[in-house]
Amino acid sequence: MYWNPSIERMSKREIEEIQEKRLRNLIWTAYEYSPFYRRKFKEAEIHPSDIRTLDDLKKLPFTVKQDLRDNYPFGMFAVPLSQIVRFHASSGTTGKPTVVGYTDSDIRIWVESLCRALVSCGVTSDDIVQIAYGYGLFTGGLGFHYAAEKIGATAIPISAGNTARQVELMRDLNTTVIACTPSYMLYLSEYASQMGVDISETSLRMGIFGAEPWSEETRKRIENKVGIMAFDVYGTSELSGPLFTECIERNGIHVWADHFLVEIVDPETGEQVGEGEKGELVVTTLTKEALPLVRWRTGDITYLETDKCACGRTHPRIMRILGRTDDMIIVRGVNVFPSQIEHVLMQIPEIGEHYMIFLDRREDGLDEMKIQVELSERVTIDTTAGILELEKKISDKLKTVLNVSAKVEVVNPGTLQRFEGKAKRVVDRRKI
Amino acid sequence: MLKQISVFVENKPGRLAAVTEKLFEKGINIRAFTIAEAGDFGIIRMVVDKTDEAYRTLKDSGFTVSLTDVIAVEVEDKPGSLHRIAKVLGDQGINIEYVYAFTSREHKALIIFRVSDVDSAKKVLENLGVLFKGEIK
Repeated sequence: MYWNPSIERMSKREIEEIQEKRLRNLIWTAYEYSPFYRRKFKEAEIHPSDIRTLDDLKKLPFTVKQDLRDNYPFGMFAVPLSQIVRFHASSGTTGKPTVVGYTDSDIRIWVESLCRALVSCGVTSDDIVQIAYGYGLFTGGLGFHYAAEKIGATAIPISAGNTARQVELMRDLNTTVIACTPSYMLYLSEYASQMGVDISETSLRMGIFGAEPWSEETRKRIENKVGIMAFDVYGTSELSGPLFTECIERNGIHVWADHFLVEIVDPETGEQVGEGEKGELVVTTLTKEALPLVRWRTGDITYLETDKCACGRTHPRIMRILGRTDDMIIVRGVNVFPSQIEHVLMQIPEIGEHYMIFLDRREDGLDEMKIQVELSERVTIDTTAGILELEKKISDKLKTVLNVSAKVEVVNPGTLQRFEGKAKRVVDRRKI
Repeated sequence: MLKQISVFVENKPGRLAAVTEKLFEKGINIRAFTIAEAGDFGIIRMVVDKTDEAYRTLKDSGFTVSLTDVIAVEVEDKPGSLHRIAKVLGDQGINIEYVYAFTSREHKALIIFRVSDVDSAKKVLENLGVLFKGEIK
């Protein structure tokens, strides 16, 4: 099933022709109408006429999160405010807030992208979609809402939180699809069983999970625990919101290349990496009007597959997000991604799905990483030696993967913090 | 043979109370009790009057619980009683992993043993006439 078959299956060559045309147009528009880009291009001594082919893309400077903050609220916009139909804003928990404006066309393309994605992973007009992403300034809720309605599915705009209500409506309204963060899905299933509801016996058949990096092992855990198919979704507020999901093949996330031009660069040097190599995802928005982004550094670490997918779609796929450049923690000089830790933990059957990472600095200046995990209720270890052995087994496995040692502490089931939105599992208590 | 209940708990204020509260609510009586402590956590071990109910209650409350076979020995509450048993087990090459004891009105002194070789230990203690075969009340 396709939402827009002629575009989704068009040849690579046709896609490139569209991209080239739209890239030239984007650079001219940004130069003419966005004061920020005019300044930026001039500083880089680039004139729009220098950008003729896709290969010229690498001459262009990057756009980074700090640019959005420095030009808050309107300094990067390329249209007059009268053409803006909506604002979304990020809370600014990691810095100054950022604001994204949308023209009518921006909203339409956002919805079109997610419609293509939802159909590609098998959502149909018969589905009842419980949208447990936040509604409001966060893009998750409204993004899914309009796309679900557009394909003719039924939206339940419940937003995030209020878990008891989530379970009740899921059961009573026969929800078939849920959209939320993967950590919330795990919490929701625990909560449901405490309420005496077994989600695997409800009509729920699939989930679309994102807004935080998650691993293949977490996917397996969710699927086994809840008895549903779990799909990955990608998008960021700066690019519009949730835009792309895995297709039914679940072999990467299709990026709609007629609207978004993707590259993978080395996060240190900014150079494009070779085909299939891992690096930071950089996206150029080819058709966004209000806030066009040229070579936007997403901060997400992934790699790209460009061959045609078994589903028939020709658009490139970003593979699983391996981590974020700004999630990266440096422990004793070693780079560690929380996703690597999750990957190890989820392979250990004696422990649960929730974990926390604590960083401390000892008086002698050495960093210490402590990882708390919940002992599974199914375990029957009845000696202290057995628990110590388990802790050692986990910490040995982590050491081989991370190249830095971590102290592992097993805690009682159900005692670690649960997250309703994006999980914040790293607590950095080091005083720098 | 007796069943002992083991519960994993973090070494934090209130964790023991969380366990005992559940047992109290169900009117379960703890007859023997010990905590093996290991830094950040401990294992509570106990013998209770209503074992199955205690196990289910704690499990349903989300604790990591397990049941272990232990041996109980009933002896006079007087000097030399424990020594006699420890010596016999030692002579037979049976290792005692842990042991704890309690006295009560209903029983004489009851000593709970977890040993390396349960079957041999039972035989030895039965020959000695001290193996507890009754029920914990």
